[in-house]
Amino acid sequence: MAYPAAYRYTREHEWINLDGNQATIGITDYAQNSLGDIVFVELPKVGEEITAGKTFGSVESVKAVSDLYAPASGKVVAINEELANAPEKINSDAHDTWMVRIQLTNAADVSKLLSADDYEKFVKEEGAA
Amino acid sequence: MSPTVESNVALRKTALNAVHRQMGAKMVDFGGWDMPVEYSGLIAEHMAVRTAVGLFDVSHMGDILIRGPQALDAVQHIAMNDAAKLQRGQAQYSAMLYPEGTFVDDVIVHKLGDNDYLLVINAGTREKDVNWVRQNVPRFRCHADNLSDYYTQLAIQGPKAADVLRKLTNVDLSTIKNYWFTYGTVCGLSNTMIARTGYTGEDGFEIYIPSDEVTSQRVWEEVLRAGQEFGIAPCGLGARNTLRLEAKMALYEHEISDTINVWEADLGRFCKMEKGNFIGRDALERAQGQGLRRILVGLEMIERGIGRDGYKVFSESGEQIGYITSGSPAPFLKKNIALAYVPPGYAQIGTVVLVEVRTQKIKAQVVPTPFYKRQKK
Repeated sequence: MAYPAAYRYTREHEWINLDGNQATIGITDYAQNSLGDIVFVELPKVGEEITAGKTFGSVESVKAVSDLYAPASGKVVAINEELANAPEKINSDAHDTWMVRIQLTNAADVSKLLSADDYEKFVKEEGAA
Repeated sequence: MSPTVESNVALRKTALNAVHRQMGAKMVDFGGWDMPVEYSGLIAEHMAVRTAVGLFDVSHMGDILIRGPQALDAVQHIAMNDAAKLQRGQAQYSAMLYPEGTFVDDVIVHKLGDNDYLLVINAGTREKDVNWVRQNVPRFRCHADNLSDYYTQLAIQGPKAADVLRKLTNVDLSTIKNYWFTYGTVCGLSNTMIARTGYTGEDGFEIYIPSDEVTSQRVWEEVLRAGQEFGIAPCGLGARNTLRLEAKMALYEHEISDTINVWEADLGRFCKMEKGNFIGRDALERAQGQGLRRILVGLEMIERGIGRDGYKVFSESGEQIGYITSGSPAPFLKKNIALAYVPPGYAQIGTVVLVEVRTQKIKAQVVPTPFYKRQKK
């Protein structure tokens, strides 16, 4: 699975896709694969602030629950409503299924994150460990 | 996302380990064993077993043979069900208990013959069980052999299980009733033990074949090929867990453990107090007199959220009353279900309780169990 070069990645397996002063956030294909069948996504409400490195929600598969960590700080301007009824979309296309859209507080947050190449290296090492 | 950290201790492998990896199964450490947790996906595998057929490698389960003129006396002493009621070729659910009336392990006792009983035990408790049996049978004229490594154990489970196995054996499967077993040729292997047992709440069979890799791999592949027309799915431990949870079958260290007794676990129907003395009986008799402190109940989440293993259970007034032993979304029932220990006062069907799901408390109610019961033909 190719990791989109335009995205940036966290070591907790979220991706962020910058779009001017806004950005969409989701989880990576590696993350969905290690979780298995996703059945529930808990997201913040529109208008809430999320903070880089802090949890902003959770994603649950049949067998496990995992926190979602914000790749960058910002105010939530939209959540992907579709996921309430079809969380399995994340399994079928993790990189094209966003969870929240935020208005970035500080676009510089994003420059500290991993590139697609670095993230791919990171998960290879993690998978081998 | 914070995936679980895996440990680096040397894991034990079944004879099919290479096959699982080759088939792309996701592997996990289960009780010290490197086992497949899923192949195509937990939900798809779960549904295959409920609606068609699934194949599981359960070779990590252990087998203890108790053999000798007093084998029955030994089994009666170390396990709570009444093995004297078994006929040759019959099996029963039972458990080995500590003197406190709590669980060493749950077991399936198979009567192979008047002097031979086979105990099928859990993977994570193998050494403990074997030691326990060896400590407690010397007073009888019999000996206990650990046959665990001699068998590859395959479970073929689901409404189409008989259709699949029929293609591979000369045995008339309709003659094997639930919890009975026989011997016959399977995939060309003569004298193979075929038991109508399982851990899914579905009809199905468990077969015991030689544990060499070549034979194990050949039979695994032949079963999958024979099952293709019936929609067979290779299944991992993930689906095995959700299937057994829907059917309210106990898992060691969850519903049963060395601190939980038989009455609490709601397994009294498999415990025959009238059969005579056995390890744990005295304590169970005392416990009967004292009344129950807690009992295992089924919960169904009413509000949005998933109660999971270890989550706390509260009364509606906010007092902590118990905890969940196993909890998960139920793929077939499409509900979020759990088993939990609560005081008997909260065990009434329909009682509303609260489950602490991470930062919030969500409503759940006590429901009848098993959550899922198959239609008997």
